[in-house]
Amino acid sequence: MTGPMTGTLLEVSGLEAWYGRIQALFGLDFTVADGGVTTLLGANGAGKTTTLRALCGMIRSAGTARLGGTDLTGRATEDIVRLGVAHVPQGRGTFTAMTVEENLQLGAMTRRDMRAIAEDIERAYAYFPRLAERRRQQAGTLSGGEQQMLAISRAMMLKPRLMLLDEPSFGLAPLIVEELFSILSRLKAEENLSMLIVEQNAALALEIADEAYLIETGRMVMSGPARDIGQDENVRRAYLGY
Amino acid sequence: MELFAHQILSGLATGGIYACMALAIVMIYQAIHHLNFAQGEMAMFSTFIAWQLIEWGFPYWIAFFLTIAISFVGGVVIERTVFKPLHRAPVLAHIVAFIALFAIFNSLAGFIWDFTIKSFPTPFGQQSLFGSGLISAHDTGMIVVTLVLLGLLFLFFRHTRIGLAMRAAASNPDSARLVGVRVGWMIALGWGMAAAIGAVAGMLIAPVVFLEPNMMLAILIYGFAGAVVGGLISPGGAVIGGFAVGVVENLAGTYVPVVGQEMKLTIALALIVAVLMFKPTGLFGARLVTRV
Repeated sequence: MTGPMTGTLLEVSGLEAWYGRIQALFGLDFTVADGGVTTLLGANGAGKTTTLRALCGMIRSAGTARLGGTDLTGRATEDIVRLGVAHVPQGRGTFTAMTVEENLQLGAMTRRDMRAIAEDIERAYAYFPRLAERRRQQAGTLSGGEQQMLAISRAMMLKPRLMLLDEPSFGLAPLIVEELFSILSRLKAEENLSMLIVEQNAALALEIADEAYLIETGRMVMSGPARDIGQDENVRRAYLGY
Repeated sequence: MELFAHQILSGLATGGIYACMALAIVMIYQAIHHLNFAQGEMAMFSTFIAWQLIEWGFPYWIAFFLTIAISFVGGVVIERTVFKPLHRAPVLAHIVAFIALFAIFNSLAGFIWDFTIKSFPTPFGQQSLFGSGLISAHDTGMIVVTLVLLGLLFLFFRHTRIGLAMRAAASNPDSARLVGVRVGWMIALGWGMAAAIGAVAGMLIAPVVFLEPNMMLAILIYGFAGAVVGGLISPGGAVIGGFAVGVVENLAGTYVPVVGQEMKLTIALALIVAVLMFKPTGLFGARLVTRV
């Protein structure tokens, strides 16, 4: 037992999911290590977002997804969140009519330790100083990058055991994306945050990830340490573009 | 001039009641995106409960707060039993449920307490305030109570965590679930509060319009007018809209010869149609500025 990775935090096996009557996932198996980062790669429509939505109980699913010893499948979204799973959704899920600070307070809705919540809000501002400048501003007026920072901060307010990130780089300028991922790396190192990241920008995701899985049309086609996956000839040609 | 001031003040007094009804309507509309046609009948039923409690010998204010509590629980129960199962049902199913509630409360009140007109006490008295003739004590009480109620609601939604959670659940239910807010219960809570607000409105207006099963019919239409003027999605707008409707109705009834006392309700309906035709978002329902 060396380093922060001492065991498995999330163990998913045979995960299936449906949109109405249409099956979208066909038995996925993957894990997220405690303090580790796992990334799911795949083309548009492969089922990456669906996987995250299934884990959060937002769509009908079957199979098992054990967080620690608890099975997440079949539970309501609110209960899964209360078990310590924070989801940064596609589109960022900003509460647009509320202030930046109210958004952060909402992130801590499941907690009661008021003093620690206030401290954590300041900590979020330390990671993202741009949010501190805009704390009283209506969140809907923030830029896309700022809203993504807000979404990650809001998720951190839960004090999550596991954070699910859905396309954090989507629609953002390269410079902002770089900043965002460097902060995610810091969160991993400093807060021992475990993450499951879904990304179309495979190069970026493989840089931060320990484990990588490749999904095609709802099925797992490849898995392994992120380093090895990044060097695979087919993955490089199809997803990394060189 | 004194007539004018008098009309403004008594317009504000009834406007406060419309503001309460408008607020109740908007609270439910924000949560489930349907207009609760039965809001007025629920308020009427609450008022009958208050009347019954007073008949049984409870002091006015105890009956007042007891009725608010009973109405709150009633609102929650209605949401849990009738509207939660209809969650994903189409619009028409909701409309039918609202009409059913309307009919049930109306006939139930008639069945229990019969349709004869009853007088309802006022804790403020009907005499003129300070003998000035400008405004009656009851009208003053109405304004004060509604302002206190609206102020408390404002503080609740701005400065409490549960108020924040309710706003989040109404504005963005998916995101609210993802931070662990129990959206279903927030909607139920909204129903409870709307029912309680309606109860206050009913108890305050009953000494003026007298208590009978159809007493809230016109009040509800004024309330709708207030909500529509305010833009349907803005609680603050609904309140201002309600007060505005009260004043406009009163002034038009006094100064526009054709309108008179009998045609007042037409004003409210004309207002609804006019707002929906020329400014469907109302005064305060403008779209939020959003960057993506």
